[in-house]
Amino acid sequence: MTDTQHDAPDVHAITVDVDGTTERGVVSSRTLLVHWLRDELDRRGPKIGCDTGNCGACTIQWDGLLVKSCMVLAVQADGTAVTTAAALAHPDGPLNDLQSSFREHHALQCGYCTSGMLMTATDLLESGEEITDHSVRRALKGNICRCTGYQGIVNAVRATAGHDIPLPHGKTPDTHGAGLDGGRS
Amino acid sequence: MTTSTTTAATTTATWSGQSVNRTEDDRLLRAQGEFGDDTPISRLAHLFFVRSPYAHARIVSIDVSGAETVDGFLGALTPDEVDELTDKFGELQVAPADAEVDRCLASGGKVRFVGEPVVAVAAVSREAARDAAAAVVVEYDELVPLTSADQAVAADAPVIHEGIGHNVLHHGAWDFGDVDFAFQHAQNLIEVDELVCHRFSATPLECSVVTVDYDAGTDVFDIIGGCAMPQFTMLMMAGALRHPSSRIRIQSRDFGGSFGVKIGMYVPATAVALMARKLRRAVRWTETRSEHHQMGGHSNERTFRNVRLAVEDDGTVLGLSYECLDDIGAYSRYEPLGSVIWAQVANACYQLKHLRVDFTSVYTNKGPTHPVRGYSRLQHMWLVERMMDLAAHHLGFDPVTFRLHNYIQPDQYPYTTVNGCVYDSGDLPASLRQALELIDYDDARRLQAAAVGTGKRIGIGIGSTLDSGTNNFGQARLMNPYLPFGGNTEGGLVRMGVDGTVFATTGGVAFGQGHETTTAQVVADALGLRPEDIHVHRGGDSALSAQTGFSGSYASQFAVTGIGAILNATAKLSAEIRLVAGTVLGASPDEIVLEGGFAKVDGDPERMLPFGDVAGIVHFAPGSLPAEVADEVGLVGRAVYRAPFELPDVEHKTGNLTLTYATQIHACVLEIDEETGLVEVLRYAAVDDCGVPINPMIVQGQVFGATAHGLSAALFEHFGYNADGQLLAANFYDYHAATALDMPTIAYGNVVSPSPFTPTGAKGMGEGGGAPLHAVSAAVQDAIGRTGAILNSHASPEAVLDALAGAGADKVRVL
Ligand code: FES
Ligand code: FES
Repeated sequence: MTDTQHDAPDVHAITVDVDGTTERGVVSSRTLLVHWLRDELDRRGPKIGCDTGNCGACTIQWDGLLVKSCMVLAVQADGTAVTTAAALAHPDGPLNDLQSSFREHHALQCGYCTSGMLMTATDLLESGEEITDHSVRRALKGNICRCTGYQGIVNAVRATAGHDIPLPHGKTPDTHGAGLDGGRS
Repeated sequence: MTTSTTTAATTTATWSGQSVNRTEDDRLLRAQGEFGDDTPISRLAHLFFVRSPYAHARIVSIDVSGAETVDGFLGALTPDEVDELTDKFGELQVAPADAEVDRCLASGGKVRFVGEPVVAVAAVSREAARDAAAAVVVEYDELVPLTSADQAVAADAPVIHEGIGHNVLHHGAWDFGDVDFAFQHAQNLIEVDELVCHRFSATPLECSVVTVDYDAGTDVFDIIGGCAMPQFTMLMMAGALRHPSSRIRIQSRDFGGSFGVKIGMYVPATAVALMARKLRRAVRWTETRSEHHQMGGHSNERTFRNVRLAVEDDGTVLGLSYECLDDIGAYSRYEPLGSVIWAQVANACYQLKHLRVDFTSVYTNKGPTHPVRGYSRLQHMWLVERMMDLAAHHLGFDPVTFRLHNYIQPDQYPYTTVNGCVYDSGDLPASLRQALELIDYDDARRLQAAAVGTGKRIGIGIGSTLDSGTNNFGQARLMNPYLPFGGNTEGGLVRMGVDGTVFATTGGVAFGQGHETTTAQVVADALGLRPEDIHVHRGGDSALSAQTGFSGSYASQFAVTGIGAILNATAKLSAEIRLVAGTVLGASPDEIVLEGGFAKVDGDPERMLPFGDVAGIVHFAPGSLPAEVADEVGLVGRAVYRAPFELPDVEHKTGNLTLTYATQIHACVLEIDEETGLVEVLRYAAVDDCGVPINPMIVQGQVFGATAHGLSAALFEHFGYNADGQLLAANFYDYHAATALDMPTIAYGNVVSPSPFTPTGAKGMGEGGGAPLHAVSAAVQDAIGRTGAILNSHASPEAVLDALAGAGADKVRVL
């Protein structure tokens, strides 16, 4: 259907708390939340890896719930709060523990799935559920990664929960280079 | 200055060889990367393709008038227009197959696979572009679709490309040693009627994204998008667009995976470029997941027939012969090279003396094949592994002992294969023993015995494979002797900025392999700095003059050619720094060492210059230098690494086709449910030997990633088509890419056999994706025993049930 077939323009004003900032926008009914966040707000955390809600690259937190933002319409988000991966660490501060652990355990390669993985893992860690290899894998089953084989990701999440996970091959705890904070602070 | 003195002046390796954290990670973890669809562009138009719903049809009419009424519509591009504005893409194959008409929109009045782009429309928003595309009406007249290679070569088959006259793209007869003699004299002959390596792909999580801006003032196309082989892409586009390649710039930033497939980006990119020029504004095409599955590039689907393996009573394998039908889909694109690239690993991991292959690549009405992780080699090696395994089972050898007996032995390197390739180094027996230890082989055999009669079966399988790295492009001449390719190079550029900062640019682009980090590690060592002091440009930019014609990330070559070029470039820069410092400090350049950001006179710590001063003098006070120094020094090192290849012998199809051979030995223990056919991997080990690693953590990550691709392909992924030519796996519901829950924990091991042929002893790696296919097939076979035969690389539950019921057994004979 084309816009020309409507009498009134199909637009809605929305106000959404995104990563702690009040964002206002004008969207059409069919605008997906992921597109609004990306195209209008330049939030690069949620990414699109499929058209069907399978890959989890677009995962965000929405009013405390973990959701795939390609499955939500932007109008539905009116008056709610959205958190994307960009909010996990202060832009000028160090990486948070989970992000640092991802770095130490080589939990990312191309980085395309990473924001979604971080959001899902954060949700799991906050859920109070017992963290085991299996519970981490089960929690991550809606997030596809095509690079890492998941092993580094599972290790990174478990290490964040305090499990004693050996570092990747060839790494000693006293590794050269930037430290756990990612070298930015 | 020559570069030969640099070794003495270079500090010893502090960073190379260390598992340093990746520089890339910080921005990626903070969601500050810049992937294809992230780059903000003002006044961006969006392009959407109208695609064919038919596998094979004649286009009767195209009506775009509906699109023109859609709000926000900007323009359309039709096949007629493309025919007028472009030439066909450069074809790599010989006549008559080079008559194929390959353009960015359906050409010759036909469509040849479901999902082929027919019309491109552009609009001001993604939504408007979709609406406009939906309003385009294309009328088709259906033709008979060819959905298998057998149909394509049948005598009365309809022709997919009329200009060629038949459906064969390439036929190659390969004959090494004396296969007939081997078969006549061997004590045993294993014969298999048919084996099939199935169609799947790497399906990177980021689909293709191409943004093109056209600057009418300078007549330059500025292309942004994940491009795995920039100069090749530029050449293909320049020819098609009739545009000087000097006026095409290709950039990429962050890159969400390719694993080979994005080498095909020049096809849609050409349509985007035409649209950008037509509209005089920037245009972006963001591929959807379904589009990617339809035409983003599939792996080589091969049917092997009349496969014969000659084996002596003591288990010594003598020779192998087979016929192969390679289904390349509707267009050859980069693909025809797959018909010769398998020959890089003609021997697989074995001391094979005789080999005969009759290889035919054919067109069908399926999505085009592209290079996919393990490109063309994994299919050949899967076949060899499968035959070794079947031979062991049927002749009563233990599969482990059988492999150990036939493996190339450590003291045989460098080992020359039947077709003249030189395997550089390796220790397969040690790798296998490590893999068996990691799965606790004896315990697994005990488990297997204990499972008998429980409704579950346990199987143990081994997958042995090679990552052939840095291919000799002269190999293309084995398919087409007129191609001007020979050897291989990669480029690199290392320079010092006005304040002494060091910048490095590689010719290749990374899609997750950590090039920024490894580049910084080796440059840091060569200049006496720390990795974080080196600014490595992310992505690629054809305007930065680091690239050579073969630049790119493919064929497991970065650790050799990419790093080799960076080392050579750094040596040039280092020589200039030492020349300047020596001049200022009154020493000879040979006496200068680079350490901690200073150029120092060796043994005289008082006499030193910080890098900032070196740069300051060259950039701002050249008058203080003697003319012969000031005129010489630009503080830019640009160099290539040329792999030491000669051209292959086209007549005999022999020659050294690859520089390095990393080995991967995988072992798996899996359980089959006799009732459902479901396979569960219980234990998995991957042992790699890629020579001297630059960053062992990154190597391990590549091994894990390749293993996941292979396991997922073996167990889940399949690009099946129905008889109408409809793809049955057009999204991630139907195409199940392994999730964390599907993957076992992988036990990792490594063996280091330094390559004698490369600058650092490193070998390219990362494509061991074949090993899990071999290992899973072998393990399923092991679980089933001789009741059935595993003759397809896809261990779907249905296939496992069939094998349990005895399928395939009648196709295997011991003569
Ligand atoms: S893009 Fe939302 S789940 Fe894949
Ligand atoms: S790191 Fe590339 S998809 Fe996960």
